[in-house]
Amino acid sequence: MTDKTLKTGTSRRSVLKGAAALAGTAAFPAPFVHAQERVTLRYLSTAVNQSPAIAEKASEDLGIDIEYISVNTDEVPRRVITQPNSFDLVDSEYFSLPNLVPSGNMVGMDANRIDRIDELATVIAKGTVNGEKVGSDGTAPHEVLYLEDKDSTTFATEPTEWITLIPTTYNADTLGLRPDLIDKEITSWASLLDPDFSGKTAILNIPSIGIMDAAMAIEARGDITYGDKGNMTREEIDFTIEKLIEAKRAGQFRAFWSNFQESVNLMASGEVVIQSMWSPAVTAVRTQGIECVYQPLDEGYRAWASGFGLPRTIDGRKEDAAYEFINWFLSGWAGAHLSRQGYYPAVLETAKEYMEPYEWAYWYEGKEAEQDILAPDGRTLEEAGAVRDGGSYEERMGAVACWNAVMDENQYMVRKWNEFIAA
Amino acid sequence: MTEASDTLAEARQDRASATGHGTARRTGPMLVPYLQAAPMALVFLIFFVLPLAATVAVSFWQYTQYSIVPAITLENYNDIFQDCLRDLPDLCTTFRTYLSTLKFCLIVWAMTLTIGFTIAYFLAFHVRTLKFQVICFLLCTVPFWTSIVIRMISWIPLLGRNGLVNETLISMGIIHTPLEGLLYSDFAVILSLTHLYTLFMVVPIFNSLMRIDRTLIEAARDAGANGFQILTVVIIPLARPGILIGSIFVITVVMGDFLTMGIMGGQQIASVGKIIQTQMQFLQFPLAAANAVILLAAVLVGVWALLKLVDIRKEL
Repeated sequence: MTDKTLKTGTSRRSVLKGAAALAGTAAFPAPFVHAQERVTLRYLSTAVNQSPAIAEKASEDLGIDIEYISVNTDEVPRRVITQPNSFDLVDSEYFSLPNLVPSGNMVGMDANRIDRIDELATVIAKGTVNGEKVGSDGTAPHEVLYLEDKDSTTFATEPTEWITLIPTTYNADTLGLRPDLIDKEITSWASLLDPDFSGKTAILNIPSIGIMDAAMAIEARGDITYGDKGNMTREEIDFTIEKLIEAKRAGQFRAFWSNFQESVNLMASGEVVIQSMWSPAVTAVRTQGIECVYQPLDEGYRAWASGFGLPRTIDGRKEDAAYEFINWFLSGWAGAHLSRQGYYPAVLETAKEYMEPYEWAYWYEGKEAEQDILAPDGRTLEEAGAVRDGGSYEERMGAVACWNAVMDENQYMVRKWNEFIAA
Repeated sequence: MTEASDTLAEARQDRASATGHGTARRTGPMLVPYLQAAPMALVFLIFFVLPLAATVAVSFWQYTQYSIVPAITLENYNDIFQDCLRDLPDLCTTFRTYLSTLKFCLIVWAMTLTIGFTIAYFLAFHVRTLKFQVICFLLCTVPFWTSIVIRMISWIPLLGRNGLVNETLISMGIIHTPLEGLLYSDFAVILSLTHLYTLFMVVPIFNSLMRIDRTLIEAARDAGANGFQILTVVIIPLARPGILIGSIFVITVVMGDFLTMGIMGGQQIASVGKIIQTQMQFLQFPLAAANAVILLAAVLVGVWALLKLVDIRKEL
């Protein structure tokens, strides 16, 4: 329709005028034109966080081009430490911060330039949900959110003007199950080491996360009570690895996995019937038409969070563009997009504005879906009547027991982990 | 030995005559061979010698979780072999890992050698015309047109718990519960490594077999040797260089492999490569470098021992 009106309204004369104007600007490509050159932000993160739709929408809304650099979980901190010039914006896990910040390759973000800094989800900013404290074993985001000043290499204990990472996505992980292949009720992390599932369980081969899952299981079984699962002593590490080796030699594990797709394949093929899983991975198994449950457990969840950080080298228009992009990211469209994939966004209120009430009720309030729930790409995720596993936002994030972590004894832990793999 | 020195003398003569021509043309006679070798030497220097030197240097550095410090220390090597002597006869992680890798090496070597030699023998002696030999040889290389990872993971749907093999066996009534050991096991690793690297044996052995003077075989037969004697007394000794080159390929590749052992072993099987990868992930570069140096040394010792068995420069 609009096309038609335009066409009839366009005379030959006006076309000529336009052409002349164009020729004019082309003839004088003065500073004005130069300043209009689009900024490209090189966005470093894992592939899971890089939605093409977000880049497209940002480019449309802001005139900023997003160039994704996708690497795997471990490569993100390695890139930050070894090649801080190779990106303009990093989406990193909070648990990497104890390694990244002392390197001095990241810079504190000015809280005054983040429009919705006061609206960040409290679970990230304060470690609370509805005013109640959640578990803070491990590297809890609120403990590493602030820096003393812009170039500081140590964390501030009190809120300051300088932010390490602005949250992008976070969620809580638990055990995923194949209910069609399991005929008992699962209520505890201890099931990961249950001999009934011998040869049918899996564990992550990313040592810092895998050992946390193992610790949840071993503690749930009643073998030990950890001081801080996310920051074990050498004795605790020894004990944990010893128990893992016992289980491995008894043939408990079918395989270990180290990326999203592997965990999905193991589960979908039925090689594994119970394993620690990322919430979107459970969704991915289900979209293949295979029953898979994200099982809430008595001991609570292992949570993770990742967020935007800036490299020390950023300045000028790139820096402005980065802040602009982050502010846009928090303004709702991206938050709603990520919510539909099962992640939680930094600012809940704005995401809500961009979601249909029935979507919000399903994803955040733990209510029955009033109509079919669609993924961002339009595929049906759940039919009407379904309820999200783990229930509402409060039920999930409120039951967090620990966070992904890098321990003080990390080097020792990695060595012991290699022993476990070799055993 | 005498043969070797003869060849050497011949080579010297050749070079002398080449130099003669050079002088005749009055172009920097001494410089030409160096210039000719320079591009390759440069490539080696930049992409092999320098990185290797850097690896060796870094293996002596100190590190924290977020930095490496250029200070000479033996700490990394010490860490790798920590408690190894104390714990004997129990094996420490490092010894256990090398032993496991060595085990795969030997088994895969034996498998690829048997299969590779058989294929090469068939190609060289049973396929009559050169045309068909070339066609068959090319057929052998067809799988190499796809990526190594694809060739590897294509085994997974076959070997899985609900895979093709298990389902077939169950439907035929041979087994009643699926065989668990087919996938994510030593068996799976050996199977896929053999599948991946047999061609590395076929090519050099085929090459050696083709060079065997057929009159020697006829002579052996005339002298009353039976088929088995011809094989063991004439053909295998003459195929030794090919076997050796193939062995070096297979052994060095398997020693450093971590992808196949990772994927087919369900990441439950330790390999030196995997240990290095884990250490790199956790930014323990100096430790990873030290492991790499030790692995390199182990492989070099193996290759050196193999080279003792045959004078490869003469045979080429």
